[in-house]
Amino acid sequence: MKQLLILIILVFGIGQVQASGEAGSIDSSGVNVFDAAARQSGAKWFVNYCLSCHSANYMRYNRLAEDFGLSEAQVSENFIFDNRRIGSPMTIAMDKEDAALWFGKAPPDLSLIGRSRGADWIYTYLRSFYFDDSGSWNNLLLPNLSMPHVLWELQGVRKAVYHTVTDEYGNEKQEIDHFITVQTGSMSEEEYDHVARDLATFFEYLGDPARLKRKAIGWKVIVFLVVLTFLAYLLKSEYWRDIK
Amino acid sequence: MVKTAGSFSRRLTSLFNWVDDRLPVSDFFKAHMSEYYAPKNFNFWYYFGALALLVLVNQIVTGIFLTMHYKPSALEAFASIEYIMRDVQWGWLIRYMHSTGASAFFIVIYLHMFRGIMYGSHRKPRELIWIFGMLIYLTLMAEAFVGYVLPWGQMSYWGAQVIISLFGAIPGIGEPLTEWIRGDFFISDITLNRFFALHVIALPLALLGLVVLHLSALHQVGSGNPDGIEIKEQKDADGVPLDGIPFHPYYTVKDIFGVCVFLTLCAFVIFFAPDVGGLFLEHDNFIPANPLATPEHIKPVWYFTPFYAILKAIPDKLLGVVFMGLAIVMLFLLPWLDRSRVNSIRYKGPRSKILLAIFVIAFIRLGMLGLSGGSEIETLEARLWTFVYFAYFGLLWLFSKGERTKPLPDRVT
Repeated sequence: MKQLLILIILVFGIGQVQASGEAGSIDSSGVNVFDAAARQSGAKWFVNYCLSCHSANYMRYNRLAEDFGLSEAQVSENFIFDNRRIGSPMTIAMDKEDAALWFGKAPPDLSLIGRSRGADWIYTYLRSFYFDDSGSWNNLLLPNLSMPHVLWELQGVRKAVYHTVTDEYGNEKQEIDHFITVQTGSMSEEEYDHVARDLATFFEYLGDPARLKRKAIGWKVIVFLVVLTFLAYLLKSEYWRDIK
Repeated sequence: MVKTAGSFSRRLTSLFNWVDDRLPVSDFFKAHMSEYYAPKNFNFWYYFGALALLVLVNQIVTGIFLTMHYKPSALEAFASIEYIMRDVQWGWLIRYMHSTGASAFFIVIYLHMFRGIMYGSHRKPRELIWIFGMLIYLTLMAEAFVGYVLPWGQMSYWGAQVIISLFGAIPGIGEPLTEWIRGDFFISDITLNRFFALHVIALPLALLGLVVLHLSALHQVGSGNPDGIEIKEQKDADGVPLDGIPFHPYYTVKDIFGVCVFLTLCAFVIFFAPDVGGLFLEHDNFIPANPLATPEHIKPVWYFTPFYAILKAIPDKLLGVVFMGLAIVMLFLLPWLDRSRVNSIRYKGPRSKILLAIFVIAFIRLGMLGLSGGSEIETLEARLWTFVYFAYFGLLWLFSKGERTKPLPDRVT
């Protein structure tokens, strides 16, 4: 039976290797959702650059205050730019149908983008914009997207330099070789990566705000359960002593 | 003080006696707990029945609280889940307990079924227990399927689309049948509303009824054990099986220990990784259902993937549906397909052991293949394991009868 167990584990193991073999071109963001400074700075970038087109309908402003350890007055002052109340959700004024007309597709709500796409994807996406030859913004991760590069003033404008490759059937095609910066932004590459990471951190938090409390409560629950398991084991042993 | 306490307990006793004269409370407790004799040699694999009952209770209790805040309408369902996750006090905990419970239910049930197959718990005289258990499993699959539609995310919508369209493959009645199930020409608000009714009333009621039947049948014939022998064949002067011990207190205290370990494992998932990397809660289901945008890769939740892999492995849609159904039907027949002289794997020959191990590998591999995209090589592999899955039942029937077995002990070991 032991050998058969090993066989089962081996089959499992092979599956694992296969699964990890299909890595995409997504960079690791190194996001830590418990980094309060990153989260707060990400929130700042979010309300300044994203929140006019993208909503976060499931998030309330006062939740930011609660989770960031800020007063409601601080949140009102730094994160709300119109006369909305602290208890309102982070909605936008833009009409969905208008937006679809202007952009080709209404910008999606971003409340759950951290859960559907993940922080690494967002981090990579924000760093993958370039200006293509057709004269519009493009993105390596989401080709021919309808969103312009909103953060271009920070990152600068990049253009793709192509080279010709011949595929296995002998057809020639253009592939992106590298990027050149045609207009420098207000930030260095490291500074811009930092912004992308902070935004990814914020989106990770935004997807499931309860995650901040969840771990702290989780440890308490687990300590309680471990103690209870130990007591239950003693109880069981006590009863089972007379069974032979 | 002492006098009042004494009279209080006397009153309590007389109240209990009053009830007991009118309702068989102590008779029931004796018959099913304190004088229900279970074999003393239950091992690790015998925890999962009690754990399944625990998870069922968890699903019902957390489910009741979720229905207090959930809105079964296509316009509001997705938002109401996020409302539960963010604005309802402890809503996230209730929801994660429910979503983790769903997966935990299947883990526990699969291990429970494997125990039955391994130790021959389903064989004579326990065939009906197995049949009721399989009906519980089927009902649970239906319950999980309609439950998964309720969050109204992309996978809820497109998963339902794929599964319901399978009924369309049935010749003649296929199309009308799918419309009857959906109540519409496509998955819509109407479908969501009726799935909600099935999920919170119809199927849970059926589950509870089947659990009562499963346990009644079990207590009629008595529990099996890892040796696969009957403890009722060796009784003492009082008619108590020599190798039997009262379920209460021995197995109640043992199960409390098992429950604690199980809850600790569940707590790790609930508090630290409730998505389990997209296995328990799929990433695409955090995007609201959009009938106009088909996700790149539609896949069911992990507990359905072995059967989904069988469906995908077979090139013809109708045949695929037929084989997917057969994959379940064959499990129903197991008590009659195993014709060995002994019940337990412990006393069977090497052929039986290898067969069972390969069957387990086939089931797990099919589950993994059902999760992934389905490249050409994966489809070929899925075909191989589908063949192995079905071959198991035939080979079991062929080989089990004449197999040389080890001698059975008189008493449990």
